[in-house]
Amino acid sequence: MAAEAPPPSAEQHKLPTPEEFTEVQESAEFGELRRSYRSFAFPLTIGFIVWYLLYVLLSNYAGGFMGTKLFGNINVAFVFGVLQFLTTFLIAWWYSRHAATHLDPKAEAIKTRMEGGA
Amino acid sequence: MSPSITHIQLAANEASEHRPLIITLFALFVLATLGITVWAGRQTKDAADFYAGGRQFSAFQNGLAVSGDYMSAASFLGIAGAIALFGYDGFLYSIGFLVAWLVALLLVAEPLRNSGRYTMGDVLAYRMRQRPVRTAAGTSTIVVSIFYLLAQMAGAGVLVSLLLGITSDAGKILIVALVGVLMVVYVSIGGMKGTTWVQMVKAVLLIGGTILITFLVLLKFNFNISDLLGKAAENSGAGASFLEPGLQYGGSGTTKLDFISLGIALVLGTAGLPHILIRFYTVPNAKAARKSVNWAIGIIGGFYLMTIALGFGAAALISRDEIIASNPSGNTAAPLLALHLGGVDSTWGAILLATISAVAFATILAVVAGLTLASSSSFAHDIYANVIRKGKATDKEEMKAARLATIFIGVVSIALGALARDLNVAGLVALAFAVAASANLPTILYSLFWKRFTTQGALWSIYGGLTVAVGLVLFSPVVSGDPTAMFPDVDFAWFPLKNPGIISIPFGFLMGWLGTVLSKEEPDVKKFAELEVRSLTGTGAH
Repeated sequence: MAAEAPPPSAEQHKLPTPEEFTEVQESAEFGELRRSYRSFAFPLTIGFIVWYLLYVLLSNYAGGFMGTKLFGNINVAFVFGVLQFLTTFLIAWWYSRHAATHLDPKAEAIKTRMEGGA
Repeated sequence: MSPSITHIQLAANEASEHRPLIITLFALFVLATLGITVWAGRQTKDAADFYAGGRQFSAFQNGLAVSGDYMSAASFLGIAGAIALFGYDGFLYSIGFLVAWLVALLLVAEPLRNSGRYTMGDVLAYRMRQRPVRTAAGTSTIVVSIFYLLAQMAGAGVLVSLLLGITSDAGKILIVALVGVLMVVYVSIGGMKGTTWVQMVKAVLLIGGTILITFLVLLKFNFNISDLLGKAAENSGAGASFLEPGLQYGGSGTTKLDFISLGIALVLGTAGLPHILIRFYTVPNAKAARKSVNWAIGIIGGFYLMTIALGFGAAALISRDEIIASNPSGNTAAPLLALHLGGVDSTWGAILLATISAVAFATILAVVAGLTLASSSSFAHDIYANVIRKGKATDKEEMKAARLATIFIGVVSIALGALARDLNVAGLVALAFAVAASANLPTILYSLFWKRFTTQGALWSIYGGLTVAVGLVLFSPVVSGDPTAMFPDVDFAWFPLKNPGIISIPFGFLMGWLGTVLSKEEPDVKKFAELEVRSLTGTGAH
């Protein structure tokens, strides 16, 4: 590369060679890690964005429905808004659990091997 | 003279009687944070300290600091004001600002921590030709941060006129200048270490203040939220529609489109905000970055839930005329609410007003420092060290460049602060979100996940998204042709929407794709292999 970042500090582990990176990237083990990450994160991202857009669109074009009072002065719109909070908390928790059980061990194994073997 | 005006003067008089208290509280915060800054400055030895706080903050500390960086004057003053005036429509900000964190959590925070060093540009330029992409990344970082700064400066001006009764332009500019000088001191001396501690202190103060106000509001309504909403609707004069969507944006097809545009910008902007992204470099590894986002989601989510009490509380307890008379966009609703909760004529009211205003000031100062750090880091690391010096600058030279850049950005934001007057601070920040989502997010995502992405794609996406987003704002009712515009007396607003997101964000993505498929150069597959393995495993991260 034409202009690389300044040399890394002493604390850093030795970086594997480009060939090693390519080799790992094409390995079945890394493929499994990538699949496990993407097949979880990508659909979930689309899911929460659709869910959020649904709320935005309903607010715009279904005013009557959103204004329906459920109990006291609490209407559908209010409940919908609070639900967005709840789903956000839930998704954050869910992803973190997935990452801790399915992604971290795989990532850690590859990292240790690459840095140790370099 | 209408009763509401008298009321405002009363509030100002009340405040001015207790001016020593207000100034003492504010001075205490400034002194404490300056102390932290000097202490942190002594411990800042190399570039990793200056840019990334030595990477030794814990996930909780960084989560708190992220929250501090994120909950700006826009959140505290702007959202409370938007809800107080427009009811349910103002609540969209709270929801969008929070949901947006999931994009950061799921797609950006960990890969960024794993593969970058100091700036957003590190990741954008990783597998591209360094000099052009770093120049682009530095440019968009500085533009986004300046939009954001504009909002904070507007908030500072608003507070001062409320608190100290200063309405003259000279007085406001003096305060904006004071904020500017302080931020230069924080950032150039304390670097990321000092700024992170300032964010933490501020986050605790802001959460504390908000819990106090929320508690007092709920106490008035015996913790019955339905009653609170009912009183807010009744007092607003809008009736039940105050609690339904559409009061601000439901008027016509155009305003409805504006609502969608705003909604998209909010949810996609966060993961492209440079001052938020660089926070992930302050923790030791990607796992800690993930945990700090989780802390941030918890803290920020709790805070935004409380904006319901702030906004609807203000609507329920203060007359609409009074809110508007104090600030046409409602930016002072939260401090006014504090005054009313304590009692308008009482010492308690004045003390509460002073406390909440000091908290708001702390909020502005801290966010301004975070923004300045992001832009000066990007200037020093992306543009100076990697473009001008072609990677040959020493740590010392880089840090010197960052400190000089801080002064320059301080001067620019003081100058711009004078321009932002009666715009709602939340609306202004939403513009920064739109620019970030158009110019930065497409390139971040393509870089991390699309093998074929090329330098030309990155450049088209960054410059294309940036130009269209900023261009549309320039010709929107935010800048001209509207009573609340920056230049209300002229009209060159041919673009009808106040937020450009609905056009500029897809455009940024489209340009990234188009630039890539039309580029003659082959993508650097080796560099992509390196980026992909590093971003997912943390190999070689430091």
